[in-house]
Order: sequence, then C-alpha cells, then structure tokens
Amino acid sequence: MSFLLAVCFIFGIGPPEAVKACDRPNDAGKCILLSWKLSPDDAGLKSYDIVRTDAFGKDTVVGSVPSGIGSFTDESVRDNVRYTYRVVARQDSLRAESVASGIAVSRAQWFNKARVNVLVALVIFSFLVFYFIRHARAGRKLFIRRIAGLDAVEEAVGRATEMGRPILYVPGLAGISQISTIAALNILSEVAKKTAKYGTDLLVPNRDPIVYTVALEMVKEAYTEVGRPDMFKKENVFFVSDNQFAYAAAVDGMMVREKPATNFFMGMFWAESLILAETGAATGAVQIAGTDSVHQLPFFITACDHTLIGEELYAASAYLSRDPLLLGSLKGQDWGKVVILAVLVAGSILLVLSGIKGLSFLHVIYSFFNIS
Amino acid sequence: MHLSPDLWVWVGALLTLFVFSFLFGDNPFYKFAEHLYVGVSVGYMIAIYYWNFFKPDLIEPLFGRGELILIVPLILGLCYLAIFIQKFSWVVRIPMGFVLGWGSGIAIPAVLQANVIKQIQGSLITSQTLAHWNTFVWSIVVLIGVITTVIYFFFSREQKGSLKVVANIGIIYIMIGFGASFGYTVMARISLLLGRLQFLLRDWLGVIH
Repeated sequence: MSFLLAVCFIFGIGPPEAVKACDRPNDAGKCILLSWKLSPDDAGLKSYDIVRTDAFGKDTVVGSVPSGIGSFTDESVRDNVRYTYRVVARQDSLRAESVASGIAVSRAQWFNKARVNVLVALVIFSFLVFYFIRHARAGRKLFIRRIAGLDAVEEAVGRATEMGRPILYVPGLAGISQISTIAALNILSEVAKKTAKYGTDLLVPNRDPIVYTVALEMVKEAYTEVGRPDMFKKENVFFVSDNQFAYAAAVDGMMVREKPATNFFMGMFWAESLILAETGAATGAVQIAGTDSVHQLPFFITACDHTLIGEELYAASAYLSRDPLLLGSLKGQDWGKVVILAVLVAGSILLVLSGIKGLSFLHVIYSFFNIS
Repeated sequence: MHLSPDLWVWVGALLTLFVFSFLFGDNPFYKFAEHLYVGVSVGYMIAIYYWNFFKPDLIEPLFGRGELILIVPLILGLCYLAIFIQKFSWVVRIPMGFVLGWGSGIAIPAVLQANVIKQIQGSLITSQTLAHWNTFVWSIVVLIGVITTVIYFFFSREQKGSLKVVANIGIIYIMIGFGASFGYTVMARISLLLGRLQFLLRDWLGVIH
C-alpha cells in the first residue's frame, strides 16, 4: 500500500476525493448512487473502478467508468445492507485509491415524492370528471361543439347500406391498456348500433387477442341493445394475427376482396397506417380515421376523408352516444384543459418573477414541476 | 450478375415480389404471400407466447416451484376460454373487467406524467429562458403553440369569434407539426424500401455490391 502511494506520488496521480454514497430517492430499492470529486490528474487517467465493501468486509469491484465521469449507479446492491465504497483511479498499472465513503443503505420508498404533481393533477381531473358526470346525470344539458369527422359516421353507414356493402372497422393495433384502444372500442359500440339498425355487415379484424374478446362482446351488446341480436354475426369480429405487417397484409386483402363501402381506422397505429389508408382509398371507400399517434396522423389526413385528431378521438364516443357518463367525463376533461392553461400562464409568470431578488421563495415551483 | 445460390434468399426474393405485385391489384401471388404470412406469424406467435410467457411465467413457477398465487391469473386466463361455450360466455367479462381496470390504472397516471406534467415542464417560461433573446423567443413560440392548440381541442364552446381565431392559430401549429412529422416519416419509409431493393439487387441478383 505504501509502495503504491509512493508510486502515485512520484508519477503525480492523485486519488479521487469526497466519495459520497446514498440511497437513490423515490425508487423501488436495490440501488445506491455514488459521486466523487475527480482526480486532479483525471485527464491522463484510463478509468475509475468502483469498489464496494459489504457489512462482512468483503470487497467487490462493482463497475468501472471512464475518466471524466464522477458518478456511478450501483444497481447490484441488496436492500437494508450497509455498504461503503471506494473509487480507484487507474492509469495502466498505476492505481490511486480514495478514502472510503460513508455508510449507505438502499431502501425502497413507498411514495415517490417526485410524483406529487401527478397526484395533484389526478385529484383535480378526477374531481372535475366526477362533478360533471353528476351534473350530466342530474339531467342538465351539456353542450359539445360539432366535430366534423363524426357527423360523417351516420352518412357513411347509410352509404354502405345503400351500396349493400360491408363496413370495415379497424380498432387500432395496440393492446387494451392504450387509451386510444379504449376510445376506439367505445366508438365501435356506437358504430355497431348504427349498423345493427341499418342491417349492414360490420367487419372487425383484430390484432390483439384481448382487444378481440372485448370488441366481440361490445359489438354483440350493441346489437342486443338496439333490439337486433339476430343480426349479429360472430364470425365478422375476428382475430387475424398479432404480427403488425401480417395483419396489415390481411386487412389490405380484405379491402380489395370484400370492397367495404366505409373504412374506420380508430385507435393506435404505427407504420401500417398509410398501407391501410392508401389501399382503402384505392378501393373507393369512404374513410374515417382517428388516432392520437402524432406520427401517423399526417398519413390519415392525406389518405382519409375525415380524420379525428388526437383528443377528438376520445371525445368521439361521447359525441356519438350523448351518454351522460361520457358527456360528463368529456366536460371534465375540457375544464381540466382550462386548469392546465391557467397553470401554464400563472406558472410561467411566477417562475419569471422568482428570478427577482426577494421573490426567490417562488423557487418552490421549480421543485413542484421537477424543473432543474 | 451473380444469382444467389441460397434457396432461402430465393424464397425471400420471390415472396417480396409477390407482395409488391399488390401494386397492380389483388392477384393469386399476393393472396399466397398474404395467407402464408398470416399463418406463419400466428404459428410463430403461439410458439413465442408459450416459450416466453406461458412456460416461464406460469407453468414453471406454479407446477415447478409451487407458487400457488399464480392460480389466480391462471383462472382469469381460463375465463377467456368461456367465450367458446355459449352458456358460460358471460364469464369472459370477469377477466375483461380486470384487464380494463388494470389497463386504465396503469395508463392514466402514466399519461398524466408523460402527456401533461412533462409537457407543462417543457412549456413553462423560466427566469433562465429570459437570459438569452433566442431562448426567450422560442419559449414564447412554444407557449403560444401549446395554449392555442389546447384551445383547439376545447369542445365545450362553439368555435366562433375570438375563440375561433385562437383555435385557427392552434390548427396552424398542428399542421406545421404534422408536415414536419410527415417528411420525417416518409424518409424512414423510403429507407425501408431501399432495404428491400438492396436485398433484391444485391443478395438475390448480385447486380450491386
């Protein structure tokens, strides 16, 4: 050891200093954060080795970082075990070791304090939604402005009926946990009620097995609700494949063979959006699309007759059904947007003012929004 | 020209041409490629689901290590099969309710975090953004864009008068964003086409190197 220190002194390699180890805050445990002051000879170093000492005094090299970096995250620790760390600066065969850090213990936190803002937002939105649902259920009239793409739904179903052709409804390619898929299934229910009334065939190819079962149930229920359970054809709601392009190829084939008069593309889409919409346009079908995928919206706008942009997709089911529950939640979301705008404007003003001497207490807003 | 001697390259090349033949309309070659693709992908999916989920997440821990708690998801999963029995098809609503509830619970806080809180963080003007004129100008442009776009998606009022003006500014922002996204994505799609052409001309026909 003394020999090493002597070598370091002769060749001028200084050890890293001020090694600090602490539990990573707001996590599920099994992690310790390390930081240190770089060696004064950092420019000539190769790397820093991180040596961990456990409660039994056993040393383990847990990682290495290149020179110039003064931090490390150790994700190989166990919770509730006391560890200390040393950082070893290395240049070929020369080493310079830091003093050991203080004791660090990793623990899981029950509550992520960095997400307080999400909790506040969730409480405000939930309150607004429940308030307006109650308002709607009390029988008060709630106004929703006209959404052009949705006015075309009735017309599109009527057109398919007149032409004696089916309607194709693609409920997106995502799983059930996507909000756009849930919105697409709500719209499917409304479209199914209309096709049941008009006696038009409704084809619903699915990519996700769980979405398929939900879609099947929703269509069946819609047919029953309008008093036409006999019109429901179970085989028209089907699973195709969970492979993105196999699904797109099959739906394309369906469009050119079955020649649906109307195509609905609602929900989440990826690269297949243009393949589907372009084929549908080539068959002469009226196309109504809706997605919250920013990258796919331009393709739908160019290839479809009507496109529901982002939140219009979420609003669609309320707009079509006029159901108090959905209307109330849409209204709640609307006022949630007003709250967001108010926060944006007021937050910006207060953050700008926090730069003024004497108003630095306003810096608390930075931590609320996790702005560094 | 050096034609590939590899049988699988020939299979890939012919299937690529079969799919491209759709550009001339539906035909037996496309139908063949489409049905083959769907069939192979479903078979592949079943194998993947079995080896990646069913066996390591259910069979091994439940029957191998005796983790009895997994009986709960097993029963929920089996409920989906009730759809094939007319008399008990209602049972499928139990796992569906569970999945929808779980999906919403997972999605709503995540969406709030990613689509609301993060966007607010990025759009707020701070005292630091005022330090340079260019960051100040761009942050104002962003803030106006956010406000007008959110107003466009306000459904509780008819878009007329000043609200219409603001909403129209919002739709201009949206369309500029879509234009940029369109160009970016088209470039990515063309690179996919180039990849296929390279496969045909290099790997199969050997006319380019």
